[in-house]
Amino acid sequence: MSKQLLTIIDYGMGNLHSVAKAFEHVADNFAVEVTDDRDRIAQADHVVLPGVGAIRDCMAEIRRQGVDQVVAENLDSGKPFLGICVGMQALMRHSDENDGIDCLNHFPGQVHQFPKNLTDSRGLPMKVPHMGWNHVHQTVEHPLWHQIESGSRFYFVHSYYAEMHPDYTAGRCEYGTEFSAIIYRDNIFATQFHPEKSHTAGLQLLRNFTQWNGKR
Amino acid sequence: MALAKRIIPCLDVDQGRVVKGVNFVNIRDAGDPVEVAKRYNEQGADEITMLDITATHEGRGTMIDTVKAIAGQVFIPLTVGGGIRTVDDIRTMLNAGADKVSINSAAIFNPDFVKEASARFGAQCIVVAIDAKRVDDHWEIFTHGGRKPTGINAVEWAQKMEANGAGEILLTSMDRDGVKTGFDLALTRAVADAVTIPVIASGGVGELEHLAEGVNQGHADAVLAASIFHFGEFTIQQAKEHMASRQIEMRL
Repeated sequence: MSKQLLTIIDYGMGNLHSVAKAFEHVADNFAVEVTDDRDRIAQADHVVLPGVGAIRDCMAEIRRQGVDQVVAENLDSGKPFLGICVGMQALMRHSDENDGIDCLNHFPGQVHQFPKNLTDSRGLPMKVPHMGWNHVHQTVEHPLWHQIESGSRFYFVHSYYAEMHPDYTAGRCEYGTEFSAIIYRDNIFATQFHPEKSHTAGLQLLRNFTQWNGKR
Repeated sequence: MALAKRIIPCLDVDQGRVVKGVNFVNIRDAGDPVEVAKRYNEQGADEITMLDITATHEGRGTMIDTVKAIAGQVFIPLTVGGGIRTVDDIRTMLNAGADKVSINSAAIFNPDFVKEASARFGAQCIVVAIDAKRVDDHWEIFTHGGRKPTGINAVEWAQKMEANGAGEILLTSMDRDGVKTGFDLALTRAVADAVTIPVIASGGVGELEHLAEGVNQGHADAVLAASIFHFGEFTIQQAKEHMASRQIEMRL
């Protein structure tokens, strides 16, 4: 049987290598391609939008390379679609980063900066970026949570966060404030954390994504 | 219920082998880096740092192959340092599978390099390494394995690197490195309290309590150690359990 195709959208922002390697590790029935070729992305069975760095640069590249249209077409197609980190924030309406940037508006919420004056339980200032392993509490049932316990820790690194909303939050995390660790609807699932760097739980989530048909 | 403090085992790699010197002499072979990294991953390491101590061109090729091999099998964050001098060096390591790079001397010779690197690749993957020694009532940055003073104040330097876009500071006490008497806690605390980015404490760990002190007294966000793990004295899991017993939030 021929392999299914998973494409990771390459728009020049960040390190796509680790995402590809993690998928290759969990799904040997998939051909994994890092590509900017629209035709290949259109042919894919599963699509991933990663992203690191500043939202201004990411959004500029997304618009310049027509990735906004590619993403919109894919969301309409009903194919399983995974966003990661800035690839998740880009799906929101607007980000406060870089003095305010309009994003793709597939979700109505805002992306805010962690406040500077937060303190932890010992009274010490909380560091930004939020970097390291934190609990993710599942707020809905979803096929991508298969065999992952609510409260499992995932690896985060970010200075901005998507605000909570009961209509689109599939998992919440707390770092001084509660925020959306995951946003979802229909065939979209997008994580603020890095599943490709989150060891057992992260790999399970990627495996679940490859086995997902895009429906709840 | 909060963000966990991190334990980061460090692999000093020379000619494709993990080594650890005590004060940079009597270097002991500690194995194949891919096998060592896999072992730490299985034991629950939160990240892995690998420092290339080979100064040769050939050694660099070996290092890239090692990074690729680890990145294909270990799915936790991997930081690579040693000899990172240009934007191309960073790109090469990220393409090989590193998640972050650690910049040391190049930041001192050209502070704008950190600015450029951070703008290009994002602060999340730029770690600035600071090697500091106590001089009178303060700490100074030293280069060349601790032999060459720069006259730069370590605390002020950390703040400058944060302003230039560093995402994290890897702070090593050159007075303590390899001597197993614990972190320089005053140094760690002075730097950790002076910046708003995470600080990794390094240099001097000889027993598990030292790791806990680094967080509780040094205010470090992560602790890095090498030799206590390499030769099987302690596992990462034991270290985490010990730290948890000292009321430190850990990923167990």
